Amino acid sequence: MNEHGTEHGGQVAQPGPEGFGREAVRLDQGHIVGTGGLPERFDNPGFPPHIPRAADLDERAAKRAEKQVATLFGLSMLGTLVFIVAYFAIPMENRVFIPGIGLANLSNVVLGVSLAFGLLGIGIGAVHWAKTLMPDEEMVEERHPLRSSDEARGGFVKTVLTGGTEAQLDRRPLIKYSLGGALGLFALPVVLQVAGSLGPLPKDELSKTMWKKGDRLVRDPELTPVKATDVTIGSVFHILPESIKDSEHVLEDKAKAAVLLMRLEPEAIKVAKERDWGHDGIVAYSKICTHVGCPVGLYEQQTHHLLCPCHQSTFDVTQDCKVIFGPAKRPLPQLKITVDAEGYLVADAPFREAVGPSFWERG
Amino acid sequence: MNALAARRRHPAAIALLILVGLLVTGAAYAALAPKPAQASTVSADQVEQGKKLFQANCSTCHGLGAEGTKDGPSLAGVGAAAVDFQVGTGRMPMTRPDVQAPRKEEVLFDEKEIAAMAAYVASLAPGPAVPDAEYTDGEKGDPAKGGELFRVNCAMCHNASGAGGALTRGKYAPSLRNISGEHIYEAMVTGPQSMPVFNDSNVSPESKRDIIAFLHTVDKQEKVGGMTLGNLGPVSEGLFIWVFGLGIMIGFAVWLGQKSA
Amino acid sequence: MSTTAHTASGADRLRANDPEPSTPVGGGMRKVGGVAGWVDDRTGAAKGVGYLMKKVFPDHWSFMLGEVAMYSMIICLLTGAFLTFWFVPSAGQVVYDGSYLPLKGVTMSEAYRSTLDISFDIRGGLIIRQIHHWAALLFIVAINVHMMRVFFTGAFRKPRELNWVLGAQLSMLALVEGFAGYSLPDDLLSGTGLRAAEGFMRSVPVVGSYLSYFVFNGPFPGESIIPRLYAVHVLLLPAILVGLFTVHIVLVALQKHTQYPGPGRTNDNVVGFPVMPVYAAKAGGFFFIVFGVVALMSALVTINPIWAYGPYDPSPVTAGSQPDWYMGFADGALRLLPGFLEFTAFGFTFSFNVMIGAILLIPVMYGLITLYPFLEEWVTGDKREHHLLDRPRNNPTRTGIGMAGIAAYCVLMFAAGNDIMAIKLHLSINDITMMLRALFFVLPPVVFWITKRICLSLQRRDRDLVLHGRETGRIIRTAEGRFYEQHEPLDPYTRWNMVQHEQHRPLELESGVDENGVAAPNARSQRLRAKVSQFYFKDRVEPVSPAELEAAHHDGHHVEAIEHQEPGGAPLVEVASSPSTDNADATESDRQGH
Repeated sequence: MNEHGTEHGGQVAQPGPEGFGREAVRLDQGHIVGTGGLPERFDNPGFPPHIPRAADLDERAAKRAEKQVATLFGLSMLGTLVFIVAYFAIPMENRVFIPGIGLANLSNVVLGVSLAFGLLGIGIGAVHWAKTLMPDEEMVEERHPLRSSDEARGGFVKTVLTGGTEAQLDRRPLIKYSLGGALGLFALPVVLQVAGSLGPLPKDELSKTMWKKGDRLVRDPELTPVKATDVTIGSVFHILPESIKDSEHVLEDKAKAAVLLMRLEPEAIKVAKERDWGHDGIVAYSKICTHVGCPVGLYEQQTHHLLCPCHQSTFDVTQDCKVIFGPAKRPLPQLKITVDAEGYLVADAPFREAVGPSFWERG
Repeated sequence: MNALAARRRHPAAIALLILVGLLVTGAAYAALAPKPAQASTVSADQVEQGKKLFQANCSTCHGLGAEGTKDGPSLAGVGAAAVDFQVGTGRMPMTRPDVQAPRKEEVLFDEKEIAAMAAYVASLAPGPAVPDAEYTDGEKGDPAKGGELFRVNCAMCHNASGAGGALTRGKYAPSLRNISGEHIYEAMVTGPQSMPVFNDSNVSPESKRDIIAFLHTVDKQEKVGGMTLGNLGPVSEGLFIWVFGLGIMIGFAVWLGQKSA
Repeated sequence: MSTTAHTASGADRLRANDPEPSTPVGGGMRKVGGVAGWVDDRTGAAKGVGYLMKKVFPDHWSFMLGEVAMYSMIICLLTGAFLTFWFVPSAGQVVYDGSYLPLKGVTMSEAYRSTLDISFDIRGGLIIRQIHHWAALLFIVAINVHMMRVFFTGAFRKPRELNWVLGAQLSMLALVEGFAGYSLPDDLLSGTGLRAAEGFMRSVPVVGSYLSYFVFNGPFPGESIIPRLYAVHVLLLPAILVGLFTVHIVLVALQKHTQYPGPGRTNDNVVGFPVMPVYAAKAGGFFFIVFGVVALMSALVTINPIWAYGPYDPSPVTAGSQPDWYMGFADGALRLLPGFLEFTAFGFTFSFNVMIGAILLIPVMYGLITLYPFLEEWVTGDKREHHLLDRPRNNPTRTGIGMAGIAAYCVLMFAAGNDIMAIKLHLSINDITMMLRALFFVLPPVVFWITKRICLSLQRRDRDLVLHGRETGRIIRTAEGRFYEQHEPLDPYTRWNMVQHEQHRPLELESGVDENGVAAPNARSQRLRAKVSQFYFKDRVEPVSPAELEAAHHDGHHVEAIEHQEPGGAPLVEVASSPSTDNADATESDRQGH
């Protein structure tokens, strides 16, 4: 690899008495920089010859362009007028079949298309005007180095330093340090307001749900209780605790208490604890995904898999909702259930662990 | 000796005797055997015709007596509703074993044949019946209530507008666009393939009717803001803005910068 | 006017030689002059505005991408202002009683109800809402493509590093602004996104649960998140965006826009058209064009049909839950990160499966983007001002790195649509996820290598074109009966584009020790610098020099026979020509027709 770096190997040719000039040089000898007779690099050839436009040469073409621009502006005016009329004339409920769309909201379509014409007419007209009639000779603006002159820089430095000296900062370190302290601290109240009052402390709320022993399982959203005999094999019920009816923070409680109820053949359940905590093959699991909290509602009846639609965490209901695919780590917590005297399904205990996404102090 | 007795050692006599015996026992059975518990007007002929159709088209995968094979589950207890749904939407018979039976436009059997097969399968064991027209008519349902039920029970698989969604390993929940109320009801009540069973004590018949009303309303209404790009949400919107939005803008920008003729 | 002198009579002849009156100024222009005068009397603005009006901007379509972003932002500001007149940023529960029947009687938040009213019960509400959202999507598309253009052309080099840093911050803030905006209607889809956001916050070590409770003012969802997002979306972020963006374009005006290399263009000038009148018309017109196209899209294509999703509730969820496209890469990362990255230790849970994708990805990605210009300066040691852009092929390593970054981003973005791909392409979602996990690591290096090789090949092609000219397709037969294709040398203007650039050389490593054998304190970083510089510039193709071109002319083979082909010169005996290769520089024999 020679210093000029092309991938051709070979010797670097040496220049003759007049430099490389007109001598035949082999092109496989690497990058050759001329030293005599020819410049080292090509020169900028300057602007290519200007090609005039039709409108520059021919007044008829210019008139045509003028008419085109005026037509476009006219189209814009038409569009705006249609918008104004349609705004009042077309009722909002009208639905009209428009090919390509279907049964569309006529007001929306007409307002939007007329507005589009109103705007595009101006835009395309203005650009067409610039392209055909405005000067298209390229102009040159010179650049100057952005850096200020040394003089200016020197002046700046001098002013700052003089200011510092005049403020006696260097002679009075006490001012310097106390200023630093004051400025450093003054922003803290602002931060404190935000950090201190933005919200309450979580305490142990993340680890608790509203489920209690004896809470009946009710359907979401009808809030009617569920009998064990209603749940047939292959069913899935979306469940809430009955006490949600008295809740003052319904959505907040739902976000932790939502439960999915399924029935499997008892032989299909492979984990003893799961069988014990269920009732005759009916099992209840938290519906809140342990990844980032979406509701895990997709129950594949035949494979007994629960799929979360957000990031595809998959839980195996026959293995105590262990994660078998996807980004979740922890299995879904199970709710221990039993039946009450009338045959309705009730919770036998609150959740034994925190539901939903993991957090630091979850343990 | 009479003529019959004289021919008792004829070679065909045995065959004839067996045939007579079969006919007699068969007729006796048909006359005396208990009818199935379904209240519908299923005749023995229908069951018989259904059985024949079943054995010709379905038994390869479901077994001669619908007891199931490794290619297809047992159909005992799935009910007439399941047959009406599966065959009526073209899903069955499946052309080959696959993770999922797709809905097909071409339904291979006419209504009578489907009813016959349904009767046969219903005769195997009790199961959900074909629903009453009272509960499959969307016009009688409340689409707002149906929407709430749909979003809790169905949207996670089928998408909030019923556009369909993915399940694991290549399975999917299909689009619910323009499906008859009857088929919607039957799917809910029988839980085809991966779909769970939403029996009538989970989602009552009135609630099912509300869901049907909701889906049919969406069928009629869904293009309110313009083309829906498949109702698949931000993914298709993003694709659209990158391809068409950016493309059109670059087109205009190129035109703007070109020298005019 | 002179004609009247001949036909005039009497007194008019006396006036025949008067100077021509200047063109009379129309009433409108006089008024403008009047107003301008009034303002100038009080501000002295004539000099400044006059200077600005004469500023020259170069004309290239790729410079309009930033304008698309700017105009989209303005459209969002305009339509957003309208929306604030009707939108109610409250989580208070109401029962819907508007005209959208499938939601009649349903309990929902005020925010959702007001959005439904805008969509169905306020004239023009739906079109304004759709314009707002489509413009927001276009805004971020344009930002990304603009950023790519600036990157691949090296416009971030001195003196524009600060502008690049500002742009990277603007880009990141735009993502947050969009997220806040689409979460405001409190529909099922965006609410699910907020639920996921709460899960993200929880994954932060030590302070996660506190962060979640502080942002949501208690347990999720709470009643504060909608009003808080509203303040962020309508007040805080627009103010910051407009402020930073103003600095961004002031810098462009101050440093003048870069330009592509070309004949007549040097590092010390700007060639283009002045603001008055050309750019005022073109750029002003382009604003209307952008607005018009967005309006057309909003008229014909639905965006974010919140009525279809229903109000937010933590229990239901819709299949196909994705954020808006620009958050797709983060959502995709979350889908791909495996579960084993979460573990418990010392009684605490470390959720790296969530944290890497949700918390770390965006700052790390934008951090790398922000630092790139400084990396390149370190690697090239180049302290000159650069106002001429690079052709991407002339800096293969930078182009390769950019493409590799885009490849990684695209893998993540496509991962967010894995369930849509599964149902539309009839694939297994599990297979798609596994494949994308592998591709995230495999694809970027492969793309880097392929891109770099393509760039080097294109450079060699340019060299070839300069040295050997354009193949004209005309065949020449010499007297001896040999056939050659006639090559036409490039005219100096086309040639200039291919030879004007300079290639960086890898930095030489100075000796790490001084004359007394004492190691320099920065010896290790200098060694690293030389290594990275080698990586960047080891493979390069130099532009053709005049000597090489001369050598090519005298290259022994008659095949090109270039010396006989000055533009306009006659070739040797011509045998066949293909008419399609005729052009303005056709030689005489062509015009004689064959």
